[in-house]
Amino acid sequence: MREIPAGLVAETVARLCIEANTVAGSDIVEALRRGLAREKDETPRMVLRTLLENAEIAKADSMPICQDTGMAVVFLEVGQEVYISGNLTEAVNEGVRRGYRDGYLRNSVVRDPVDRVNTGDNTPAVIHYTIVPGESLKLTVAPKGFGSENMSAVKMLKPADGLSGLEAFVIEAVKNAGGNPCPPVIVGVGVGGTFEFAASLAKRALLREVGSVNPNPFWSAAEGRLLAAINALDIGPGGFGGMTTALAVHISPYPTHIAGFPAAVNIGCHVTRHREAVL
Amino acid sequence: MSVIRLRTPLTRADVRDLRPGDRVLLSGVVYTARDAAHKRLVELLDAGKPLPFPLPGSAVFYAGPCPAPPGRVIGSVGPTTSGRMDSYAPRLMREGFHIMIGKGPRSETVRDVLRQTGCVYLSAIGGAAALTARKVTGSEPVAFEDLDTEAIAALTVEDMPLIVSDI
Repeated sequence: MREIPAGLVAETVARLCIEANTVAGSDIVEALRRGLAREKDETPRMVLRTLLENAEIAKADSMPICQDTGMAVVFLEVGQEVYISGNLTEAVNEGVRRGYRDGYLRNSVVRDPVDRVNTGDNTPAVIHYTIVPGESLKLTVAPKGFGSENMSAVKMLKPADGLSGLEAFVIEAVKNAGGNPCPPVIVGVGVGGTFEFAASLAKRALLREVGSVNPNPFWSAAEGRLLAAINALDIGPGGFGGMTTALAVHISPYPTHIAGFPAAVNIGCHVTRHREAVL
Repeated sequence: MSVIRLRTPLTRADVRDLRPGDRVLLSGVVYTARDAAHKRLVELLDAGKPLPFPLPGSAVFYAGPCPAPPGRVIGSVGPTTSGRMDSYAPRLMREGFHIMIGKGPRSETVRDVLRQTGCVYLSAIGGAAALTARKVTGSEPVAFEDLDTEAIAALTVEDMPLIVSDI
């Protein structure tokens, strides 16, 4: 049994909130550069150059890459040999509170979807807990902006829809999103499980490194086909047209019920932030 | 592709020759207003009360900035999805000529009213918010300060990069 003080969790979450919001992922920067090398027309080239310049300015000025610093989505992988001294959930929320205050990040959370009063400190976070073997605690902070979150979709496909039905659903979701989710986007796809689990898989798929290869050859091929089809939609960087509508498609499959074929598309913007730490 | 410099307050003549796809560098004052502020603006109009800023000739920026760190006039700032303002925009457009700045496509209704009223919709680049913050030289609260980031602020901008979307 290993003890981890809740205070250390709060401190770490605060740091990760600030880092995720101000330092662009190197995998995404590389993918934007590859997009720039591919685009021929002036407008998509200008947009991609602007996004790359913006990432440099954000880092240099210690400013958020995007003003929508998101709702804090926090993934905790808690080793079953770990003892947390203190309140883990409260520690995560305290970390978000401090990170958003000390990092001058935007408070974007309202206490109720109908009365819409801002909570004033960007809490509560959305926290996903997983119990894993071992004696460490892995924290991933993924602040999610809602320009892209709003364009996401869940659909209960029929088993007869097959791979082509899934691909049509994914392409339709990206097409409907148009320029709203700040393309070039990362497309997270969860397929299988249950209604809520497919959505969770899609969200986690956004954490995968851009440019990494899906270890499953069947799904890797599907990702390649979908990426090509999405980049032929001519939505382009910023939605102004071009060949770079998505930087990556990440599919996470899971076993499902004999009667079902749940599918979820979670769209991440060109910032798709996440930072992790292991305690 | 041409690059056109505009300065607020704007007249219809200033925007007459704009075409979709034109690049614009906007200077002057832009008023931030997003979902919650739009709701209140329309409530004021419905109650026959004056708006908290002069709408004719103005630029309305669909944005909610980050708080200003010490020594800066503003935090990161960029456009939010314009489609969420589509239910309010026609009411405002009928109050007088102005330009709207946001990201993403507008509804058929908004584009119809835009043509009838001579208003213009320009797109900013979503997510380029640290860069845009460098174009802002001043920020003054105007109304609805209880709304925090959704309050209306008058931002003074210099060469804010935009693309003409609908005219």
